[in-house]
Amino acid sequence: MPVPRVSIQTVDFNLADEVAALRHGDKRVGAVCSFVGTVRDRNDGADVAALELEHYPGMTEKAIEAMLGAAHRRFDIHASRVIHRVGLLQPLDQIVLVAVTSAHRGESFQACEFIMDYLKTQAPFWKKEQTPGGARWVDARATDDAALQRWGIDSSNR
Amino acid sequence: MTTTITVTLRFFASIREALGCGSESCATSANDVAGLRDMLIARGAPYADALDRGKSVRIAVDQQLCNESAPLRDGAEVAFFPPVTGG
Repeated sequence: MPVPRVSIQTVDFNLADEVAALRHGDKRVGAVCSFVGTVRDRNDGADVAALELEHYPGMTEKAIEAMLGAAHRRFDIHASRVIHRVGLLQPLDQIVLVAVTSAHRGESFQACEFIMDYLKTQAPFWKKEQTPGGARWVDARATDDAALQRWGIDSSNR
Repeated sequence: MTTTITVTLRFFASIREALGCGSESCATSANDVAGLRDMLIARGAPYADALDRGKSVRIAVDQQLCNESAPLRDGAEVAFFPPVTGG
């Protein structure tokens, strides 16, 4: 069975396994670029004890699939993979993986950043932090809108 | 003549919490998202505040991001949620 391009899951992932599966048997590949997002213990001036990630089942997978489609049209890449965890996470935990393969490094680097910038403002996930002052929903950042705008895409996420 | 359709409303994150509800079935005569949002705001608390137009609320119809001009059809799934913060 082929590996899916998008997985939303509560369980952790293994970067080496995912990269190995993504480039398995593909002799055209000369570059693999991956990004892993992890949970920090501080955000917006407060200590973060834990993070609860909510999403919109169904839409999340479709939205990220569409982003990967856009990345494949835009860049000369061979394969792509996104894993995003949901549920309760602790500092040090992995949250998100984006991995891309291509013949040369430039396309992989760019596509990886494009997908991540897109995901930050257009995929329906929401983070709630547990802090000493209580639980709070994380605010969207202007810098994430600007990151997507660099690719000529409006974020409309604020 | 006004036709009434039934849509499924979905609410997420802070909006879901404010409304105390993640999903409801809703009969409406609105033919676009703007009309539906007007109707929900007219219910008063807690909808009026949670869906206030002074707030940043994102909308998806049938799981596609859209704006308030998006048309509605019978059976549509209409979601309201705050700005997204994944990654």
